Amino acid sequence: MDAFLNVLISKANYWVYITLMMIGLYGIVAKQNMVKKIIGLNILQTAVILFFISIGAKKNATIPIIEHAHDGTHTTIAAIHYINPLPHVLMLTAIVVAVATLGVALTLVVRIHQQYHTLEENEILKRIQET
Amino acid sequence: MKVGVLVLVIILGSVLIYGSLEFPPWGDPASPASSHLSPYYIEKSLEDTSVPNLVTAVLADYRGYDTMFETIVIFAAGMACIFLLRSSGKEESGTRLYRHIPTGITLRIEKKSAFPEKSEAFERIDSVWVPHDLIVKTTCRLIVPFIQIFGLYVIAHGHHSPGGGFQGGVILGAALILFAISFNLRSAIRRMGERLTLMLSTLGVFIYAGTGVVCMLVGMNYLDYSALAAMLGVDPVTARSHGILVVEIGVGIAVMSVMVTLYYNLASTGKHDEGL
Amino acid sequence: MIWQIEIIILVIVIILAIGALSVKDLLGAAILFGAYSFMMCLLWAIMGAVDVAFTEASVGAGVSTVLFVAAVFRTSRRTED
Repeated sequence: MDAFLNVLISKANYWVYITLMMIGLYGIVAKQNMVKKIIGLNILQTAVILFFISIGAKKNATIPIIEHAHDGTHTTIAAIHYINPLPHVLMLTAIVVAVATLGVALTLVVRIHQQYHTLEENEILKRIQET
Repeated sequence: MKVGVLVLVIILGSVLIYGSLEFPPWGDPASPASSHLSPYYIEKSLEDTSVPNLVTAVLADYRGYDTMFETIVIFAAGMACIFLLRSSGKEESGTRLYRHIPTGITLRIEKKSAFPEKSEAFERIDSVWVPHDLIVKTTCRLIVPFIQIFGLYVIAHGHHSPGGGFQGGVILGAALILFAISFNLRSAIRRMGERLTLMLSTLGVFIYAGTGVVCMLVGMNYLDYSALAAMLGVDPVTARSHGILVVEIGVGIAVMSVMVTLYYNLASTGKHDEGL
Repeated sequence: MIWQIEIIILVIVIILAIGALSVKDLLGAAILFGAYSFMMCLLWAIMGAVDVAFTEASVGAGVSTVLFVAAVFRTSRRTED
């Protein structure tokens, strides 16, 4: 019981990130409305980005901007004082791709509504089979 | 169907939780993610590029290829939106709504009559016009220049503070979207039309890719900014800092025009006559 | 960092995510999604990822919410889902 509590406290935040990913995945697969599917997709994307950012955290380290860089004083820079900047760089690209995907997805939703006058998936399938 | 998906999601979640038991402790400085390449980036990027913001230095210099293709992805999203949604629509139906300002009467004019263009007493309104919009118009007209200056500040100070090309571009685009929401879509399109947004988005991508080609023409590798040292008259380390600034400007221009394009096409479903 | 703030914001984030997927009014879902984006931005700022938080604040709580509201405005607003 004690060991379980230790494991729970040390890994609890990873479990919350996994819960968010699963909420997003449920939204994509199970929801019938197109806009809800897109919201689920974005929840999944931001949850994955959150997980990556949590990998780069370091205890007692500061943000990845070098302090007193151009003051004229030359201090040695130790890697243990700054947070790992590499996940941040990769996740910046991921956020840009997420917003581009959101733009195209909403365009497709508007186009589908122009054609079929509904946004529910079962209704759209029915109307496709009728024509 | 929803119960089945719920069961599947719970099973998948428990598998992932079982996998997470072997992660390194949170915030460990000796974790595998912080051990191989990132100490080099933290310790050496200031003397290689003289840019204090490590994320901007890695994003635009060490990982410049990724950022170039990310700019191309944003550009492709804008193009996809235009291809899917843009239509010329309303001109054949031709009814417009006009409002007589002194009396407040709304007219609906069909195409066969003459439209009162450029008239003092009549203003053209959208079908979702609300009265008493003077406060919104005045406030947004006062705020939009400050938002644009802040966007330019974020692009220019990407080297020393959090920010950079993408964030500044989104803020610039958001300023124009605010103008389009508070006034009319038509007055925003008159200020920054469709042709100008198309040209600016391609200009942004060209600035980024063109910087790489210039570096290659001088003789060094593609996107190796130290090749610009002779052209700018500085040492190679400062040339890398200036090269980062140039590509960030390219990214900012491309992102701004694509955000504006996305809003124009989504708010009017492609017809560019009336918006939100 | 301060673990109490992080726990509170994580709980709020999960509640907002479940709420954005459950409400029947699509405009409400778009606004809840904007609030979810902003809470994520706070989480990343707490973890020290200031560039990522800046990007998410400008993109998620700004442009993304506006695009959602524009799309919902031009299509239907109610859903029975």
